[in-house]
Amino acid sequence: MTGLTANVAARRGAFTLAVDLHAASARTLAVLGPNGAGKSTLLDVLVGRLRPERGEVRVGDRVLSDAAERIHVPPERRRVGLLSQAPSLFPHLSAQENVAFAPRAAGASRIGAREEAVRLLDAVGLRGLEDRRAARLSGGQQQRVALARALAARPDVLLLDEPFSALDVSTAADMRMLTAETLERTGTTAVVVTHDVVDALSLGHSCVVLDAGRVVDGGDLASVLGMPRSPFVAALAGMNLLAGAAAGDGVVHTDDGRVLRGHEIGVLRPGDRAFAAFPPAAVRLEHTGVVGSAPSARVTHLAAMVEGWELGTAGIRVRFRDGLLADVPPAEFASLRLRRGDRVRLVVPPEAVSVYAAGEPVCGADETSATVHDVGRGRLR
Amino acid sequence: MSAPRWLIAPAVLGLALVVLPLVALIVRLDWASVPAAIASSEALSALTLSLVTAAAATGVCVVLGVPLALLIARAGSRLAGVLRAAVTLPLVLPPLVGGIALLFLLGRTGLVGASLDAVGIRIPFTTGAVVIAQSFVALPFLVIAVEGAFRTAGVRYEQVAATLGASRWTTFRRVTLPLVAPSLVAGIVLCFARALGEFGATALFAGNQEGVTRTMPLAIYTAFNGGGIGQSTAIALSLLLVAVAILVLLAMRSWREDVAL
Repeated sequence: MTGLTANVAARRGAFTLAVDLHAASARTLAVLGPNGAGKSTLLDVLVGRLRPERGEVRVGDRVLSDAAERIHVPPERRRVGLLSQAPSLFPHLSAQENVAFAPRAAGASRIGAREEAVRLLDAVGLRGLEDRRAARLSGGQQQRVALARALAARPDVLLLDEPFSALDVSTAADMRMLTAETLERTGTTAVVVTHDVVDALSLGHSCVVLDAGRVVDGGDLASVLGMPRSPFVAALAGMNLLAGAAAGDGVVHTDDGRVLRGHEIGVLRPGDRAFAAFPPAAVRLEHTGVVGSAPSARVTHLAAMVEGWELGTAGIRVRFRDGLLADVPPAEFASLRLRRGDRVRLVVPPEAVSVYAAGEPVCGADETSATVHDVGRGRLR
Repeated sequence: MSAPRWLIAPAVLGLALVVLPLVALIVRLDWASVPAAIASSEALSALTLSLVTAAAATGVCVVLGVPLALLIARAGSRLAGVLRAAVTLPLVLPPLVGGIALLFLLGRTGLVGASLDAVGIRIPFTTGAVVIAQSFVALPFLVIAVEGAFRTAGVRYEQVAATLGASRWTTFRRVTLPLVAPSLVAGIVLCFARALGEFGATALFAGNQEGVTRTMPLAIYTAFNGGGIGQSTAIALSLLLVAVAILVLLAMRSWREDVAL
């Protein structure tokens, strides 16, 4: 068992990070968070560049940092690898020499290290490019070499820091698949830090959500994304999110005075703080003056004012002044003849609306998880 | 955009200032006397001493200067400024002053020399003194060249090497040093050339004893002042020194092109 456990507090300038997270052996934990959430501070603590003020970092039974015991293993002896946004290949070495660097540093023979490097480069699809220097490789190829180089060190834990964000879209997609398959095949314990939900979906077996230096949500990806508890996660998941109080039988009285009908997930008592989430594609739009379906047990009507629209992935994405979103098929959008400032009705079927408690998340019974404190409380105001 | 045309005049004058004296030197040369002058035992011993001491001084500068350059490159900006100013002192100091200063440090009654003298070590007026004087004047060339390269290379690759499990020594040897190799070669060449031409500090601190401290520049000075041999010998020896310097520069060029990525 060589899972990574980090229960630490660290300070950098005025910023404080306090997290408790665990990446299970041979699994990948995705750390999601907006800019300034503390992702790079977390990475620096894990990789050993920043000494924590409190708590400890362990890989299995091996202590990497223990503030109370004044233990702080330096980066070169942690067996914690890092794949960053920039490949940072050693410019004076060939691809093969870059990959052989870690085995050589660990004392492998020249021939042994070279064989290992050739094998790893082949595994990332770079056969025949072993002798090229970084300057003569494309960005995607460089990142492949960097992945092979990081794995050549046989790290107990591999950290991935926005590893595909510097690549163009199609190269990033290839690299993402390759990385996921490689981590799976090698049984590497990994932590991927990202603000890209596709990274988390492609690599992560579970996730934690970081905000302002705290873990605000966590668990398996389906439940975290299916039941967002912060505007950041709602945006990642592409969901509309409203906060309010449960009124029983799937009904939520939102904080801005609306009534939403949905289906409840988990235990929810009337009066409990609750979230209601629904996908923009489930929304149908009607002009306010038009006689449409009457509000009933079967549909919810929400009044909203049109703010703007753009081409979305599921039709035309209409944005409303209060932050709600609706995805409308182009033909339907044309027949609506919307203008900015129009008052419209959002018709939302209850089966599309998830209603769940704002407190502890319904964590899946998976082995990679995070302790979540104070999740979502008042986060939408 | 091309430069203003009238700038050509000062540029050509500048070039003339550098090249014409050498031309004059060659014009004045009595070619018939060159073989004898160069093959004389005095000239050969001076040349040998010069090459040996300059090589030794370059070695000293590499061993001391590379770590010093790294220290300056990794220091905070204020400390780096102070250190850099200190290291460049020999560059702006007249070498004669450097020679006197070395005497006051290592001479028989000097700051450190007195203690050394007590245990029987005398440095001034030995071949060792020549090497010390040359190292003193040449060190800034190496440090400045390498320090800039260390600073430009930054710590990014060193941090990567650490996450790959490389010890600090391995990282220094296999990442930090190779990254600055082109600048290090340039620094070594400049350092060697400066040591080869060193005169003032050597004359005061090491003296002018044939076979022990009379390097090429001192031999030329001696010959020119009529110390038995005459001006034509001085000119021939000067030409030899110029040839060696040009060879070194050419060697650097090919080397740098090898190293360049």
